[in-house]
Amino acid sequence: MSPRTTRKPTKRASAATRITPRTLTELMAQALAMENEAAQRYADLADAMEAHNNREVAKLFRKMATIEGKHASQIMTEMGWKDAPPLPKIAWDDFEAPETAPVDEVHYLMQPYHALEIALANEKRAERFFARLVRVATVESVRKAARELLAEEREHVALVAAWMKKVPRPKKDWSHDPDPPSYTD
Amino acid sequence: MNDTAAALTAQSYKSSYKPIWCPGCGDYSVLSSITRALAMIAVPPEQVVVVSGIGCSSRMPAYTSCYGFHGVHGRALAAATGLKVARPELTVLVTGGDGDGYSIGGNHFLHACRRNVDLTYIVMDNHVYGMTKGQPSPTTEPDWDSKLSPGGTGVRSFHPLVIALASGANFVARAFSGDPNGTADIIAQAIRHPGFSFIEVLSPCVTFRPEQRDWKKQVHPAPVAATDDPARAARRIMTDDGFNLGVLYAGNRRPYPTEGRKALRTPSELEAEFEL
Repeated sequence: MSPRTTRKPTKRASAATRITPRTLTELMAQALAMENEAAQRYADLADAMEAHNNREVAKLFRKMATIEGKHASQIMTEMGWKDAPPLPKIAWDDFEAPETAPVDEVHYLMQPYHALEIALANEKRAERFFARLVRVATVESVRKAARELLAEEREHVALVAAWMKKVPRPKKDWSHDPDPPSYTD
Repeated sequence: MNDTAAALTAQSYKSSYKPIWCPGCGDYSVLSSITRALAMIAVPPEQVVVVSGIGCSSRMPAYTSCYGFHGVHGRALAAATGLKVARPELTVLVTGGDGDGYSIGGNHFLHACRRNVDLTYIVMDNHVYGMTKGQPSPTTEPDWDSKLSPGGTGVRSFHPLVIALASGANFVARAFSGDPNGTADIIAQAIRHPGFSFIEVLSPCVTFRPEQRDWKKQVHPAPVAATDDPARAARRIMTDDGFNLGVLYAGNRRPYPTEGRKALRTPSELEAEFEL
């Protein structure tokens, strides 16, 4: 078993459910929700890894949570918001925001490289999300902001990819547990 | 909404205890959905009670800041029913899994549906007994082959949704843990709906049923809106593929009357009742 780093679109995703923001406020509300959801999920994953004594990965997820939280704070400051504005009922193509790490793609023996693979996939989904908005947005202020956000996400993709080069690649038997919890394998 | 309610967020319902489940377990998301749903309803944590039985998902009460009761195996609904009848002003959620709820607690499940007390029952169904190392549960497929059930049990799976409906549950829904926002919406609707509300949440067990990760590719929204006609709902539930998500039945049965019952007695009055 290995952590999977791709999230295939579910049947829920369709052009009909996509909502393209019509104002700058709507776009930034989506961007804020993306960052907040991503931060919360990374924090939850860090907690899970701490509970399983995988401290190295816990630390990495905690760091990612802090980074995403800072991005959210930046948006709040730039927009001059005190509270997050409401989101439309269906704001995403998938069940969760594009930058949110899927909860089922982690493993108690995973290594930092795996965590970064997940982070890279998240950043790439966010990149695709804003790239689409740049293509389809009809309001100039929305398109302009989406382009800026796209550039940021591209930067994040490059940063995570560079980070991955600094951590060791896991060995083939990384998930081997001499005393596994499961008798059914 | 008053000022206090406006300040409530999902975080307000989380306790300081960090969940202990296998990384990747669907129950993490269900916890998140429960806290989001409570924030949507904006009921203060001290007016909510989470009651559970035994099993992985029954750890839920400790992870919320609400009142909690981690009861004995299969008896969560019995405890919750007593609580709601005695304290009708409280919002009572019951959480558990398929083994706890449909096997050990199967009889309580039938009668909780029948009584239609205003409770919300959230079952995290992973088709396996995860806490005790992967034995087949009532919802396990008959041909699920494992070291503990070579060749499968050969026993037909329990169909909780249709049984809930036939037994009188007033709200029947299916959700998926991989859709925490959608699940939160359904939980909020279930809490608001009068009477006994039952939500089956497909919640993968990544340790003993890793193939359940594929559920996220199989689930889809129910193609039609909820009905209040139990016959129509039964037909839909019996003929669907098991991956229809949404509210499948929202009925109009009058809930078991709890409001206006005898007012809460003082501890000394209760003590006097039990005096020998």
